[in-house]
Amino acid sequence: MLRFVLRRLVLVLPVLLGMTVMMFIIARLLPGDPVALAAGPNATAAEIAAYAAEFGLDQPVTVQYWRYLSGLLGGDFGVSIFSRRPVLDDLLTYLPATLELVLAAMFLAVVLGIPAGLAAAVWRNRWPDYLGRVAALAAISMPRFFLGLLLQLGFAMWLLWLPLGGRFPIILEPPPLVTGFLTLDALIAGDGTAFATACRHLAMPAIAMCLSPLATIMRMMRASTIEVLQQDYVMTARALGLPARQIVFKYVAKNAVSATLTVIGLYFGWLLGGTVLVETVFDWPGLGLYATQAIVSQDFMPVIGVAMVIGLLFVLVNLVVDLLYGVINPKVRYS
Amino acid sequence: MTHAVASARGQALRRGWFRFRQSGLSMLGAALVVAVLAIAIVGPWIAPFPGHVAGGVDTANRFLAPSLAHPFGTNELGQDVLSLVLAGTRISVLAGLGVVVLGTLFGTLVGAVAGFAGGWTDEVLMRLSDLKLTIPGLILAMAVAAALGAGLLNMVIAIALSWWPGYARLVRGEVLARKEEVYVAAARAIGASPARILFRHVLPNIVSPVVVKMSLDMGFAILTVASLGFIGIGVRPPTPEWGTLLSVSRSYMPDFWWTAVFPGLAMFVAIFGFNLLGDGLRDVLDPRARR
Amino acid sequence: MALLEIRDLHLAMRSFDGEAHVLNGIDLAVERREVWGLVGDTGCGKSLTGLSVSRLVPTPPGRFLAGEIRFEGRDLLACPEAEVAELRGTGIGMIFQDPTTNLNPAFSIRTQLVDVALSAARRDPAILEGARGRAAQAAAERLAAAMLDRVGIPDAAARLGDYPHEFSGGMRQRVLIAMALIGRPDLLIADEPTTALDVSVQAQILRLIRAMVEEFDMGVLLITHNLGVVAQSCTHVAVMYAGNIVESGPVRAVLTTPLHPYTRALLQAIPTRGVVRGALRGLAGAVPNLIAPPPGCRFAPRCPRATDACRAAVPPPRGEGHRVACLHPGDRDA
Repeated sequence: MLRFVLRRLVLVLPVLLGMTVMMFIIARLLPGDPVALAAGPNATAAEIAAYAAEFGLDQPVTVQYWRYLSGLLGGDFGVSIFSRRPVLDDLLTYLPATLELVLAAMFLAVVLGIPAGLAAAVWRNRWPDYLGRVAALAAISMPRFFLGLLLQLGFAMWLLWLPLGGRFPIILEPPPLVTGFLTLDALIAGDGTAFATACRHLAMPAIAMCLSPLATIMRMMRASTIEVLQQDYVMTARALGLPARQIVFKYVAKNAVSATLTVIGLYFGWLLGGTVLVETVFDWPGLGLYATQAIVSQDFMPVIGVAMVIGLLFVLVNLVVDLLYGVINPKVRYS
Repeated sequence: MTHAVASARGQALRRGWFRFRQSGLSMLGAALVVAVLAIAIVGPWIAPFPGHVAGGVDTANRFLAPSLAHPFGTNELGQDVLSLVLAGTRISVLAGLGVVVLGTLFGTLVGAVAGFAGGWTDEVLMRLSDLKLTIPGLILAMAVAAALGAGLLNMVIAIALSWWPGYARLVRGEVLARKEEVYVAAARAIGASPARILFRHVLPNIVSPVVVKMSLDMGFAILTVASLGFIGIGVRPPTPEWGTLLSVSRSYMPDFWWTAVFPGLAMFVAIFGFNLLGDGLRDVLDPRARR
Repeated sequence: MALLEIRDLHLAMRSFDGEAHVLNGIDLAVERREVWGLVGDTGCGKSLTGLSVSRLVPTPPGRFLAGEIRFEGRDLLACPEAEVAELRGTGIGMIFQDPTTNLNPAFSIRTQLVDVALSAARRDPAILEGARGRAAQAAAERLAAAMLDRVGIPDAAARLGDYPHEFSGGMRQRVLIAMALIGRPDLLIADEPTTALDVSVQAQILRLIRAMVEEFDMGVLLITHNLGVVAQSCTHVAVMYAGNIVESGPVRAVLTTPLHPYTRALLQAIPTRGVVRGALRGLAGAVPNLIAPPPGCRFAPRCPRATDACRAAVPPPRGEGHRVACLHPGDRDA
């Protein structure tokens, strides 16, 4: 199993390498002049040239790429031409916020989506099933940013129940940094108020983000449950008198979840890339907002950095999913 | 024999249409899609205030709440929101269509080349499409769109660039499957070109899955276009693109909620329609997905 | 009072082409310590008869038209579902054909056996000697190990934690038998329990079932298409054709002096050691369409002895003990 994990991790390398190449192509071969943008509207040609030289942007693309790659080996993700800050520092600052949001959304999606799919399959072709299917399709069709705005309108502006955006009020002292997840850090510090505050900030963005994976997980779970319900062993379990509840929630659910796992893994990556919109709406200080600002100013080092972090996380999550298969399905052996 | 095949296909179509009509949701989706397409065609002409669509402003009537004269109210420039939403339909549908069509064409080309060439060409192209699975599509599209500069066409190209891998896999799989069939091997033996095999044997077999995928993707493409507009990359005002409208008007919430809510609803309805239709089509055309 | 008594059972199944009359008046009585073989072609309704007893025929598409299924005197068709569910596992145990698909692949056999034992013990605490709570779990595990040992799984206690795919086909069927018997059922319905197994393993499994009949004082309904299996392990046999029991009785009587033309045809289709090349007979014709069956005897279209009377009405079963539903039964010396 260790070999399985190592081999999968080694396979990530070409993907990451390809990612850097692609981003360099986009950054350097497409029109657009990031240096002029960064140097400011009033910069003279000489100033722009000096600026470019400072970041090595006057060099041929191949040289730039080579420098970037050799930097990467030492953990150097380059420097933002705007803030002049090392990209790695920024990534480490913003990553926990995004991860906390994505994990919260995924948690909601899994916890609600799996029972919903199970229920839809058990009540197949009856009204709870129809209702669930329409709701799922509607949820997939709902733009996350529009849902975010509606939530803000309802819960933050009219009802005044939840904060409009942000991750933690600036005027308050955040819990001491341990994991970078404010909710967890607050719990570790035993600070109930801070935990509640963090949760209240997390609620709307997480809901806006969880809807579409929730719907997909539900649809997947429904399909695989229907398939499992037709298996012989379900008939045997019924014939030997196991209670219907136990059959569905224990025996059927475990088999059906394994097919749904793949979707969960794929969706995780999709969510990481899709935080951009929700983070913009809720002013959530994460990778998406960071990437958006970098993209708008055509500051490419941060963009490559974000893409690589997300790609790496995506691969890791799918590795975890594959390992989970082994837990759920005893037949899977890693060789 | 050709006749028999044709009538069998006709019967399958009739049966499919029957099943499709049985499902109220599919019919609702079809109705929504027809309505959206109709508005996309005639929208700019039926807009009550065509001047506003062209960028005209009416500062005396800023932020009017929804009324009979302005069912969706007016925005910060005094423009009729209904007119903007109607005109925006064409932009969103055109952009979505552009993305899906470009993605399909490019994906088909890549898939066909990979499938026929095999070897390292296949390997490289397929790894490239794997890469697209790992790089978040939205961020890629954003980066390309920002580098290309603002504009509807640039945005469509940028999104289409992250759209082709799904189609490429579909076509490649079919090419590989067909290549093994005896009649295709025979056709190749007597000198049929890859293009002929592609058009005669491969493409006809994947029309159904591609159509299903295109209709399902259409909703998602419209969503992506609106997302870029919302973030502020892509189409710029005064072009009345839905996402852009939403992005501008969110700063006027909650007092002038109508400026944001109606463009958002239009977006939702259009995407929902395409998704309902695509789901219904898949149930009819793709027997494996039927449950 | 018989353990199981089926009277005039009629079942229809809705299909794409219409409603098929798949069970057409089944009469059958099983006593404790009797092993009844139910034989017939594929699609003759023998499996549905077995499923009907546990009320596991899905309705719809199934529909019971008439008849009674009396289990210890109680008519199961008239009982609410909850009452029938109480009987599954404790009153009636079942084994199915394919041991590879009838065990849940995602759970150890310990979990599967223990759950059946616990749910049976909720209705009959004597199964776990009245143990409750945590003690019940431990008792159920002990019982599971004992049952595995009893059905001949070597080193049973150590193998409790194994998953189904770690057992061979024959061993899996033994596990399923243990699972079916763990709730001490009075009636065991075994639907083709040996069909998916190697011939050498088949005999072992049949011997095991035979042995269990004495030990558990139960009745068995053994559904099979194989007359060899019936000869080897049954005390009684009922021959089905197209939804009817055409002949039934003690196994020796029926197999040595078959009276119904269909039973004879079945026996002639079995190769024996002394068979002469060319003497093996198949049966001409096909099973009738059950959606619009012919009015009379359903075997009449393929029967060499059929007369107009046969085609007019279904012949009622006649005789005591060895019963046959035929107007022109063969002679005992034929």
